[in-house]
Order: sequence, then C-alpha cells, then structure tokens
Amino acid sequence: MTPNTAYTPYHPRWHRTRVSTYWWLARGSYFLFILRELSSLAVAWFVVYLLMLISAVSTGNDAYQQFLHWSGTPFALFMNIGSFVFVVLHAVTWFNLAPQAMVVKVGSKRVPGFLIAGSNYAGWVLVSIAIVAILFIQW
Amino acid sequence: MYIKRPIEPLLWLLFSAGGVMAALVMPMTLFLFGLAFPFGWLAPPTYDRLLAIVSNPLTRVILFVLCSLSLFHWAHRFRYTLYDGLQIKHLNEVINMVCYGGAVVGTLVAAYLLVTVP
Amino acid sequence: MSERITLQVARYRPEKESEIQFESYELPCPKEWVVLDGLNHIKDRIDGTLSYRWSCRMGICGSCGMLVNGEPKLTCATFLADYAPGPVRVEPLRNFPVIRDLVVEIGDFMGKLARVKPWIVRDSEKPLSEGEYRQTPEELDNYKQFSMCINCMLCYSACPIYGLDPHFIGPAAIALAQRYNLDSRDQGAAERMQILSEHDGIWGCTFVGECTKVCPKHVDPAGAIQRYKLQAAMEWVKAFVLPRAAQ
Repeated sequence: MTPNTAYTPYHPRWHRTRVSTYWWLARGSYFLFILRELSSLAVAWFVVYLLMLISAVSTGNDAYQQFLHWSGTPFALFMNIGSFVFVVLHAVTWFNLAPQAMVVKVGSKRVPGFLIAGSNYAGWVLVSIAIVAILFIQW
Repeated sequence: MYIKRPIEPLLWLLFSAGGVMAALVMPMTLFLFGLAFPFGWLAPPTYDRLLAIVSNPLTRVILFVLCSLSLFHWAHRFRYTLYDGLQIKHLNEVINMVCYGGAVVGTLVAAYLLVTVP
Repeated sequence: MSERITLQVARYRPEKESEIQFESYELPCPKEWVVLDGLNHIKDRIDGTLSYRWSCRMGICGSCGMLVNGEPKLTCATFLADYAPGPVRVEPLRNFPVIRDLVVEIGDFMGKLARVKPWIVRDSEKPLSEGEYRQTPEELDNYKQFSMCINCMLCYSACPIYGLDPHFIGPAAIALAQRYNLDSRDQGAAERMQILSEHDGIWGCTFVGECTKVCPKHVDPAGAIQRYKLQAAMEWVKAFVLPRAAQ
C-alpha cells in the first residue's frame, strides 16, 4: 500500500482535512485536556511566588510584611486565585490518572484503580494537614 | 536495552516527580499564602516562626526539590502544549531552550535563595 | 419511538469534486438497527454508489469504524434508535486521508503496526520435541487486555496528537507492542524499545486519554503507553546506574 498520490484517472486524489489551530475547542474532552496542560503555568507561577516569599523572609521582617501586603493587591490576588483553581485541577486530574499509569499487584491480584487513586488523595490530605501543622501548631 | 533519545526518559521522570510534588504540596500552600492570608481568613505566621521554619536545613532541601521539580514539570508540559496546542513544532529548538533553560535558571535561583536564608 | 431517521452521510467522489459533501437520506428506523444497517439500506435501496467498509457486523473485525456525530464508533455497534429522530452525521474516520465517501486510507497504520513487530520474537526457538511454550493464567492476565485490540483505528481517530503529527506511531501500535512485551513467551522487548523510544514513539503521547475512551474493546491504550513510559524510564535508570548489567 505505497502512498502513491500522483493523480491518474484510476487513482484519484485522497482528501486530507487540515487540522485547525482551534482543534482543542471542538470537543469538551480536548478543551479539558488543554486546560489541564495549561495548569503547568500555574505551577510555574507558584514557584515564582514561593521564591519571592523566601527572598522576603531572608531579607527581614519589613520585607516579609511588605510581601504579605503585596499579596493582597489585585494583581497578586488575580494570579493566585486563578493559579489555585488550576493547581487543584492539576492535582485532581493527576490523581485520577494515576491508576491508569501504574499497575500495582498484591501477590497475583491487581489492586483496583479506585484504591490507587484513593491512596493518592489520602496522601494529599495528609501532606496538607502536615503543612498546616508545621505553620501553625505550637510545638 | 538500547534506548534511542536517552534524554527523554530523564525529562519524563522529572516531569512525573514534579507533578506529584506539585499536586501534593501546592494546593494547601497556595490556599494559605495566596488566598487565606491576603483575604484575612487566617492570621499569617509571625516572621520569627516562618524564618525558623524556612532556615531549617530539611525545609530548605524540601523546598529546593519542590521548586526545581515543579519547574521541570512545567517545562516538559508547556513544551508539549506549545507543540500541540499551537502547532509550532518547527520552532522545536527554541521551545526546548526556553522551557528547559527556564527550568534550569529557576533551579539555580531557588538554590541561591535557599542557601542564603539566614 | 420514531419510525424514521435522517442520516447525513459524507460523500467524496474525487472524480467529480474536491471537497467532502453531505447528502441526506431518510430511512426507516427499526429499534434493532445499527448505523451499519442504515448504510446498507442506503446502498441497497436508495443510492448504490455509497462506498464504505464493513465485514463481520459484530464488532470483531474492526472494518466499520466511522465518525457518528463526530464520535469515532464502530457502526455495527452503534444503535440508530439512540439518535432518533436524528439527523445523524456519518463521516469517515478523522485523521486519515479519505479515498472515497466513508473509506479511508489505512496504509500508514499498517506500516506502523509492522514496525513494532507484533509477533512473538525469540532469541532462540525451542525445538518441537520440547513441546509448547507454557503459560500460567497470571502470565496470560499480564497482556490479555492488550490482545483484545481489533485494529479498528478508532483510537487514531480520537488522538489529537496523531491528528497534529501523522508521524506519531499511535495508540494501537504501542498497545500491541506492549501486548507482546508483556507476553512471557516473548523475548523481543529490547528490539521494540529501540523502535518505540524514538521521538515519534511513546514520547509523543501526552496522555490525553481519548484513545481509551473510544476503544470498543476496552484495551486502554493510554494506560499501555504510560506504563511503557515508566518501563522505559526504569530501563534508562538501570542503564545509567548499572551500565554493565543493562548490556
């Protein structure tokens, strides 16, 4: 089946549809996929934000208070609210896809997908609690 | 096993590790520092407390790993988004340079900032 | 229950047009009819020039894949009654060149399939006197899901990456490679890794997951690809850390 595309009366031209630049708008699942991929920008923004916080803490109390004040400005709030939504989207889609990406076996039985996803979510809850504990609990 | 393009498995591992770290740590941390404290729902930790936490060697290592891996996660995913979403594969080398180069630069910045915490 | 249904069928007759046209056909709609029955009715009673592929009409040959209202489906397994009163849009599979009407050129996929060596590869064959290669039920379970592939190419139609880059080797080819890699009788994993670790191999996949959604046999090619990526990464780590042992 060599792709001989020369036009002859007995071998007419094949029709090829060009993929539109907006292919990702054509279906809901494609759109959700692109949103999921764009969540990586939120991840990158958070790293920048975190590094700014660390830099402020290193500089001194005034810098830290200034940072806290700046984090309340419209620009910072806009970036952070948007990023929060996308970071949660990233986490949820990541944990939901985990069972498809790995096969965990106990003995010879395959661990069902919802347990793998569930244990990921459980880990997420534990880490979140740990973060709050580290920041607030008086040890 | 002979693997063609041996850089790809490494980049994919960095992407995966970054994805896991980002998914576990970022939501709560961003909620606190990006929403709860600015909106006044919770009082932010005092300067002394935060400094004590951040200057702890273990925290520094964790934060460095978090920042670096998350940046490589972004780099890998964004590179493919540019390929596929915008169909600009012909700008291959430029995209790779900007994405992975950016991740490397960010890693170095994170290292510097975390080493120089008092 | 509607008695009739309208099908809007894509027509492409290269000898007289250069674009795909849609023609509407109104047909009876008995509740047990599938889209393929509708197409057969059109060809038998209304317009004999309609061209399309079909064979077993029971979801095992993989010939009758088409887009039904934009979704890749086996037309022998898609009931018309679910879409009544219509109109139902029937188009040739996306991401493949159209030869005529609903018939697409599948040479690209056939070439890719052959590239991944979808057969048992052995370093050395056992002599006949030693008997057959034996396999436990657990060993069969390792690859059984991926052996269900009927090469219907719905996954290629659903995959946006394949649409954007026809060089991408694609979901079914990788799933079938995994079917043999995971087969305990096979010794060809290294050869297939060479082929699939190229840029148009597994690394082109961004885990959109559409392929798994449309697969009529629940093969889960997306899962196969992600597991293969993990395998390739583990092989790379081994080669990096223990270069001699990985030879």
